[in-house]
Amino acid sequence: MFLNPYERLAVFIPNADAVGSSIPFDELVSRYGLDKPFYVQYYEWLERVVRGNLGWSPSARMPVATAIARYFPATVELMLFGAVIIFVGGIFLGTYSAKHHNQLFDQAARLGTIIGVSLPEFVFGLFLLVVFYAWLGWFPPGRLSSWAEDVIYLSNFHRYTGMNLIDSILNWRLDVFIDALRHLVLPSIAYSIGMLSTMLRMTRSSLLETLQADYVVTARAKGLAEKVVINKHARRNALLPVVTLAGSIVAKMLGGAVIVETVFNYRGMGMFIVTAAQGLDFPAILGSSLLIGIIIIASNLIVDILYTVLDPTVTLGGN
Amino acid sequence: MDTLLRVIRNPLGLAGLILVLLWAIIAILAPVISPPHNPRNPYAIARIGFSSLPKPPSEKALLGTTSGGYDIMYGIVWGSRTAFRVGLIVVSATALIGVLLGGGGAFLGGMVDEVVMRITDLFMSFPFLIAVIVMSIVLGKGLDKVIIALVVFGWRRYARIMRSEVLSVKEREYVRAAVSLGASKLWIFFRHVLPNSIFPVLVLAALDIGTMVLIAASLSFIGVGAEPGYADWGQMINFSRNWLMGTVGEPFKYWYTYTYPSIAILTFVLGWTLLGDTLRDVLDPKMRRVK
Repeated sequence: MFLNPYERLAVFIPNADAVGSSIPFDELVSRYGLDKPFYVQYYEWLERVVRGNLGWSPSARMPVATAIARYFPATVELMLFGAVIIFVGGIFLGTYSAKHHNQLFDQAARLGTIIGVSLPEFVFGLFLLVVFYAWLGWFPPGRLSSWAEDVIYLSNFHRYTGMNLIDSILNWRLDVFIDALRHLVLPSIAYSIGMLSTMLRMTRSSLLETLQADYVVTARAKGLAEKVVINKHARRNALLPVVTLAGSIVAKMLGGAVIVETVFNYRGMGMFIVTAAQGLDFPAILGSSLLIGIIIIASNLIVDILYTVLDPTVTLGGN
Repeated sequence: MDTLLRVIRNPLGLAGLILVLLWAIIAILAPVISPPHNPRNPYAIARIGFSSLPKPPSEKALLGTTSGGYDIMYGIVWGSRTAFRVGLIVVSATALIGVLLGGGGAFLGGMVDEVVMRITDLFMSFPFLIAVIVMSIVLGKGLDKVIIALVVFGWRRYARIMRSEVLSVKEREYVRAAVSLGASKLWIFFRHVLPNSIFPVLVLAALDIGTMVLIAASLSFIGVGAEPGYADWGQMINFSRNWLMGTVGEPFKYWYTYTYPSIAILTFVLGWTLLGDTLRDVLDPKMRRVK
């Protein structure tokens, strides 16, 4: 299952068949320490990572760190857009659905969310492409149109964040901003739909349960307006399980990005990982795994902290 | 039996059950509905010609052919067997591993529990989909590799759920009674603890069959997984990617190439989701009160 040193070397050499005999394989193997035991190689890799050197990615033909710096902002853009749809849409619609329990909207939402959970992202994405690109021509795939691609690589266009939406505003190029926005709409919808459904159902059932609690009955008995009862008394408590869900949503979004980026040919981390894996590009896989692991740990930490804000009975640390 | 009756009485649950049974019948009767041209390898999608252009539904191919002359009807019918195989193997293997590791760890407690949970944490710190993609690419082509990858990363949720259930069940009076009667640990675990903590696992398993099929299809769609020409719904949608655009003036010219396989995936997953969802409502007394 593991590659031997020579096979690992071969990944880095284009046209190995044509130039194979002229390459000093033995010298290269010892120069890069490929013949050392794996724990020594692992230690050396760790040492380089701490210094920010993630190695060279043969599939992207650039250092892994450079590739991540280029592709990660694209995925962040997609995730931020998706997160807005998921959280704002899910919490709002879920509240509405619970408020109008068993009415027409609630029934429609229940059916819709079950279909939403069962609909694969790539199927939904393809149908969005057929309708809004092939038929209507509104939202093209890719990350930018080719003219906008030319603009952002001009020397007077400063890449502050690598995120096209923000950079285009900072450079005051509204045409590029609109173009970037048009490319983001479909992919972010395609991969939010499943998690939006989960979010809506979670908010709805959690709120329905809270609305039966004694303190909500008390609040109503006091004669408070229904809006105040729901927004101040019920929703805040109902949000606790929703926040727990948020942590797992970050992981799901990273995974979903792989599929959706492939469908829409949107060059971000997801496509980078798939190309890397297909080319057995281990430095790239390790580097992106590290980044993803850090993101997930960080998001879990944020969720834990949010918990203490929402629920005063939960405190961090002992004592 | 009582549970099944309550599932059937719920309209959504009944719909789910009907969808799942419908696909089960199609899968069982596959050789009758679409007799294989090559009985030794029935999972290779039958080809009607080798034209690169998709052909609309006709008498020869009821649902049309996709590029390469692959018969869409044949692919969907035999693909249902693939879907059931992936779903059932992956879910039963992951549930078994998760139940034994999570349940066993929680029941024995102490060091065993600690070690199991840290391993679970390790597997949890990585997005499921990305982990499965990377692992199945490294293992090589083939549906069996995808199944292995799904099992390796799939058991963690079962372990978590089982652990929390067992932790509460093992403190109950009837377990203490069994301990004081001198029953062996193995007996207590399988006779008293397991049957009383298995329901959340069953609900998750029903929901997971759909999810796992969905993920396997996603992998085939991005070109990881089943070999080309293997009866697999995700791959059939991958075939249709080049034909999304239609032709000038006829944007939906090749609608059959993507519509039929999509309907197959959607109805299969929907069936299991509805079934799992209803099962959860039926088994959870708290949900019953809200309804």
